[in-house]
Amino acid sequence: MFEAKRPKLELLEKAFVERIVDEGLTLLENPGVLVENPEALRLLAEGGAAVDAGSQRARIGRGLVEKCLASTPSSVTLYDRRGEKAFVIGGDEVHFDPGSAAVNLLDHATQTERKASTADVVEFIKLVETLDHFHFQSTGLVPSDVPAGASDAVRLYLGLVLSEKPFITGTFRVEGFWAMKDLLAAVRGGEEALRRKPLAVFDACPSPPLKWSHLTAQSLMDAARAGLPSELISVGMTGATSPVTLAGTLVQHVAENLAGLVICQLAGPGAPVIFGGSPSSFDMRKGTTPLGAMEGMMIDAGAAQIAKFLKLPAHAYMGLSDAKVNDPQAGFETALGAVIGALAGVNVISGAGMLDFESTQCLEKLVIDDGICAMVYRLLGGIAQRDEPIALGVFEGFSPGMSFLAHPHTRRWYRQEHILPGLADRDTYEAWVAAGRTSIVDKAHTDVRRRLAAYAAPPLADAVRRDLDGIMAAYGRGSGLDGLPKA
Amino acid sequence: MTKNEIYTKMSEAIVAGDRQAARALAEEAVRSGFDLLEVVEQGYVPGIQRVGALWEQGEYFLPELITSAEAMKSAMAVLNPELNRREGVNRAGARVVIGTVEGDIHDIGKNLVASMLQAGGFEVTDLGVDVKLERFIEAAAAAGAGLICLSALLTTTMTNQRRFLELLKERGLRDKYKVLVGGAPASRKWAEEIGADGFAENAVAAVKAAKALAGLA
Repeated sequence: MFEAKRPKLELLEKAFVERIVDEGLTLLENPGVLVENPEALRLLAEGGAAVDAGSQRARIGRGLVEKCLASTPSSVTLYDRRGEKAFVIGGDEVHFDPGSAAVNLLDHATQTERKASTADVVEFIKLVETLDHFHFQSTGLVPSDVPAGASDAVRLYLGLVLSEKPFITGTFRVEGFWAMKDLLAAVRGGEEALRRKPLAVFDACPSPPLKWSHLTAQSLMDAARAGLPSELISVGMTGATSPVTLAGTLVQHVAENLAGLVICQLAGPGAPVIFGGSPSSFDMRKGTTPLGAMEGMMIDAGAAQIAKFLKLPAHAYMGLSDAKVNDPQAGFETALGAVIGALAGVNVISGAGMLDFESTQCLEKLVIDDGICAMVYRLLGGIAQRDEPIALGVFEGFSPGMSFLAHPHTRRWYRQEHILPGLADRDTYEAWVAAGRTSIVDKAHTDVRRRLAAYAAPPLADAVRRDLDGIMAAYGRGSGLDGLPKA
Repeated sequence: MTKNEIYTKMSEAIVAGDRQAARALAEEAVRSGFDLLEVVEQGYVPGIQRVGALWEQGEYFLPELITSAEAMKSAMAVLNPELNRREGVNRAGARVVIGTVEGDIHDIGKNLVASMLQAGGFEVTDLGVDVKLERFIEAAAAAGAGLICLSALLTTTMTNQRRFLELLKERGLRDKYKVLVGGAPASRKWAEEIGADGFAENAVAAVKAAKALAGLA
């Protein structure tokens, strides 16, 4: 019997991967990276890097990088809120999650972007909880109605109260990490338990070219010490903040991410690290940073190949669009990214629901994108041999008028071989007209409302809820937030 | 096994689309001298009704629908002759003639409706595809059918449904037969426009419409 072959996309020759990595390592030696964090610089110096405290430049030798690569696990396992369901981030596993930290929501009724509120964040989390093809939540919306200083933890607090899925998250300020770690530890019943079963990944973006800011370097160290995974997200913009050639941007991508990885390993040897990215193809007329461009997706696919060469889990910001509404562009950019990322074996694909250069989330798009992810998972499932012989048995007693519809073989296999169409229209024209000529966006809106009405909060122990409330209230007070955000 | 347990198994065999089990249980009921009318009404009919409900809830799709209908047919193939012999009554249900209209060779939907009608207790004469309009009238007269079902997949052949109703009127036979139309381009509005007696958008709806027209609902 033939097993299904996992379809794969590789854009780079192996020798080309080695050359890119080699040039990345050379960049780390000279000119090195800027690290605007004294503690990280100290760790780098202690680890053997040549650090110039005045210019905050660290030149990192190959030996140190190799040592740090050796101590980084090749996969990370996240666990859901109950600590039961495990999600391996590594190998060729693919997990989708919504794009993170949008400041706007595309309002369905007005079809315009508006600032997101706490109530929007709540709906966003509830909706994602009902969408099966997103294995992870993301702290995807930034509420504008809470003080900016509290908003990073507010997102995670609401998420942990309303959802069981693991989280892709990140900090907005250094203090945010402590509150967020405490929230996560409260769910697990302690920091050691959290270390054993991580519930969240912390995103950290270097500032291109070749710089780690104070906040992001601190997040790397804090997460590493807590044993929590960091997702390193190099964000080169071709021809603006990184070389215009795709391979050139990949060289910078390697240098930036490996510098981050070294900081993580020096702070907490063995800490999980995900080799991620959100490169964009800088638009030379508009001066914008599109993520739906094919070139950005190609850099992502190349970076995933490099991550695998380095034996690291891979992440990318893909499966999202720069369109401003749910139009054909929103669909094709999202679908292309999801397919390419999955074929390239990107382990965490972040972006669902997103529009307008990672600035805007959209509930209707989340539902549509969940359907795209379903199709992608079907693609990854490949073509398997189900029967021996493959089809000769089905043709036994074959007559010209025979329909396979009535054959037991059809009932036996169709649900494994074929997925349901979700919101995609498969009506006849007449039925479509009779049903009111509904567009997929209208259907998605109805589905959003249906899902939100059907949402039931997964049970959370009262003691855990009290702890979460206490941590949130204390952090909120320090940031000017009165009372608890309403879940 | 109690009688009720056997009835449950019969229903389950239909819901599972298990032709062999449906037939074997029917044969067992005959051997055991069960009241076969009760077997049909309490064993098999609840099964096919459940299948219809699962279809309407979006749980069941075409393969379940058709295999369950086939299972129902295989059980009834055992039970009907026995019922006729034992009870001395002709238990044939209302009679239906069905076919895809001339010029059209699409039969998937038509076959589904035919199967579901049979499973629903109708005695079905399936004329196949590309059926000349006169053939429907001849066959209905020969079979003593009161209901004629016309299927068409194409907008170009759908017009033959209208022509058929005109033909019935010309022959003065319009009151003799009820006419049900279906197929992808057909709609309730179309049925009203051409003066048909009913329309069904799928096989489950067709059985309901047929039962209503036959006064069995």
